[in-house]
Amino acid sequence: MERIPILKMGDCLLVTIQVEMHDRIAMALQDDLTDKISKLGVRGVLIDISALEIVDSFIGRMLANIASMARVLDANVVVTGMQPAVAITLVELGLSLAGVRTALNVERGMALLRAMNPSLVEDLDDVDELDDVER
Amino acid sequence: MSSVDLIEIRVSEDVVRVRHRTRELAVQAGMSLIDQTKLVTAASELARNTLEYGGGGTARFERPVSGLKKGVRITFEDSGPGIADVAQAMQDGFTSGSGMGLGLPGAKRLVNEFDIQSKPGQGTRVTITRWK
Repeated sequence: MERIPILKMGDCLLVTIQVEMHDRIAMALQDDLTDKISKLGVRGVLIDISALEIVDSFIGRMLANIASMARVLDANVVVTGMQPAVAITLVELGLSLAGVRTALNVERGMALLRAMNPSLVEDLDDVDELDDVER
Repeated sequence: MSSVDLIEIRVSEDVVRVRHRTRELAVQAGMSLIDQTKLVTAASELARNTLEYGGGGTARFERPVSGLKKGVRITFEDSGPGIADVAQAMQDGFTSGSGMGLGLPGAKRLVNEFDIQSKPGQGTRVTITRWK
């Protein structure tokens, strides 16, 4: 099945969602991320959704779930790059994404993660695609 | 005057197909990006309901015209278990047995017209329209 790649960058995981999110891909991402957080002991996760044209209640709930699960596993999650039209729609739909930290773009998201945990991302060159390395 | 087309909703990829078709028609009707996004999001919610709660069904697309106004109308139909208390399901915060809301009030806020017909054992039909 199609999966969203998860990159490791220092003490962080980096996910950019570039594919159309149908529900099974969203569920797989949730499982893969919690698995990697626990296995690798990372302290931060950045999820970039700038390519997502909509966030409906299912995708919103998935983002909130990932944030809660990560918190239990002692990691912080930041969601970055939400398009303005998506943000407006999300609020009207009645989803507040409670408990999900957001930032305008990847750069600010990284700064936020670093501020939350100063030991993060010391070696920016250390980027591995986990799917290639581990599987 | 309006042309009609239909998408069958059987698997989660079909929900994505409904989103794409909705986007196409919203663009053709000349809607702004925000209006497109609202309509596509509402369609996504209702297509998922058709799949998850209705056990699959159809989405029928129309392009209604009223005077100078162009719009997009989508009708979601399933022959699933139906909704016992529609008024209750239309309230914010109502959740189904699995603990997930049906998202009906949210979807209603994203469109201009919203109609729901449902009876236990006879399935559910939801029609939404958004005008440019």
